[in-house]
Amino acid sequence: MHVLSEGTGEVLGWHDPDENRRWIRKHKSRDLKDKRMGVQEAVTTFIKDGDFIASGGFGHVRVSMALIYEIIRQRKQNLALAGKTAVHDADILISSGCVSKVEAAYCFGHELRGLSPASRRAVETGSCKVVAEISNGGYQWRFLAAMMGVPFIPSRVLSGTDTFKHSSSKLVKDPFSGKSLCLIPACYPDVALIHVHRCDKYGNAQIDGILVEDFELSRAARRLIVTTEEVIDNERIRGAPWRTVIPFYVVDAVVETPYGAHPCQMPLRYFSDEEHIGEWLALSRTSEGVGQYFEKYVYGVDAFDDYLDLVGGIKKLIYLQKVEQLRAPMKAPWLRRRR
Amino acid sequence: MTANETHNYSSTELLACVAARILEDKKSVFVGTGLPIIAATLAQRTHAPNLLVVFEAGGVGSQIPVLPLSVGDSRTFYRAVMASSMHDTMAMSQAGYLDYGFLGAAQIDVYGNINTTLIGSYTKPRVRLPGSGGANDVGSLCWRTIILMRQDRKRFVNDVDFLTTPGYLTGPGSREAVGLPADGGPYRVITQLGVYGFDDSTKRMNVVSLHPGTTLEQVRAASEFEITVSGKPSRTKPPTRRELKILHEIDPEGIVVS
Repeated sequence: MHVLSEGTGEVLGWHDPDENRRWIRKHKSRDLKDKRMGVQEAVTTFIKDGDFIASGGFGHVRVSMALIYEIIRQRKQNLALAGKTAVHDADILISSGCVSKVEAAYCFGHELRGLSPASRRAVETGSCKVVAEISNGGYQWRFLAAMMGVPFIPSRVLSGTDTFKHSSSKLVKDPFSGKSLCLIPACYPDVALIHVHRCDKYGNAQIDGILVEDFELSRAARRLIVTTEEVIDNERIRGAPWRTVIPFYVVDAVVETPYGAHPCQMPLRYFSDEEHIGEWLALSRTSEGVGQYFEKYVYGVDAFDDYLDLVGGIKKLIYLQKVEQLRAPMKAPWLRRRR
Repeated sequence: MTANETHNYSSTELLACVAARILEDKKSVFVGTGLPIIAATLAQRTHAPNLLVVFEAGGVGSQIPVLPLSVGDSRTFYRAVMASSMHDTMAMSQAGYLDYGFLGAAQIDVYGNINTTLIGSYTKPRVRLPGSGGANDVGSLCWRTIILMRQDRKRFVNDVDFLTTPGYLTGPGSREAVGLPADGGPYRVITQLGVYGFDDSTKRMNVVSLHPGTTLEQVRAASEFEITVSGKPSRTKPPTRRELKILHEIDPEGIVVS
């Protein structure tokens, strides 16, 4: 295949497909074994300085904040982050100083809440580097190629733009149609962090609602830590196997963390805590504020339960359930400030 | 955006209504949250009850109750026909199922090429913006894109600082030349001043209609490049009371429409 042009972006997380097959053969267990552990142990065991990590869900929807806080608490260094559809997860991680580079599809933004002051500052001052650009569609196809065990996926996005020029993709002449075709390289993150509604102790997991790209990401990542709202009996998995979206053999750790997505949304369970995110957005305007936030909510607490008490406890959690069920109005300080 | 003093509606409300009216019943639209889903929902609740709404994160055929905060929020698959995945929605776009797609922009050029990545230079950005997100996918894969943005000389520019999402690139035939799907591209640009389209032969931006109270001079003054005019542009119809009422039902907190 003739290469017409190629992007200058760094190829994050690519492996030769045979090398990765051998890695899987050696390191991924096909044994149905109990993988339950605490959040601290999961992060200590599976995340090293310099790893390339990817957060599941959708930036501030069904993300594993319990794991993200623990990564910050353990002061991991020089992580590379998949800025796939990164929102609050990435904003917090980048601002904490754990991340030195990102590949950006969507990053440094908070969707309707506006831009992310702290992570933008990190990029504009050079403490965190954007090493490649891509699109959301392109990023999830990187995971699709990886889960298929092929080196790249052909696509019809990116071509003709600066996004392509700064991506890790290549433009080739398609041997079938004769047209230009964009080849997006496979992406095997070192570790993926995925929060689910329920799974059994082996890691067979169910997700309610949209999957975003977690079907592909869970199978693409070399290591996968699943946090779950609840651990259920294996019989419930076997009674409805069509509901399993992540199978046990791709899962390395199961961590039971009810409300583990707080302050982000867990679809059909609880809405995002806009008062808390608003507090972060206000504090993160300055680096002193960022420090205060982490001192109070991350370094200052040992367990996720204590954190939940600190953010408002049972009263707050019941309120967030009501907002999710459209039975209570959303309270958002960032909304008042904008007006 | 500022309230229009001579008419009892804001420019954001006008944008949402104009965008909604472009959408056709029994067609599909790829939406983000904010104005795009507000416009699509207004269309569903007025002239286009069978408008197929698709969110990139996996919500397909949604009928949202209120404005979602995120493209992946549970409101995006409320009363949907399917709660699916991004691979599925991107693949259906690539395969040709998406008639319309919405885009926002920090900068745009005469061919409808869009920047949402950064202001300044790539190595030393003055402002780092979120990047493509799904925009490059929407701009590449939907049949017709509708761009909603604010217009001034810093935003309607000769050269975008970073070409994030393809419009007509360098003119007729250039999308196809780089392998993008044939026959797609920007269809309308809606700003606080008017509605613009693209000339069939040159693929350059032209005036379709001017909003109430807007003059051609204002349109020209708010663009670095020339926006061509053929004949007398039509006048945008202001929002109706019914449209305004529905807009505030969709966004009761006034997150976008205020």
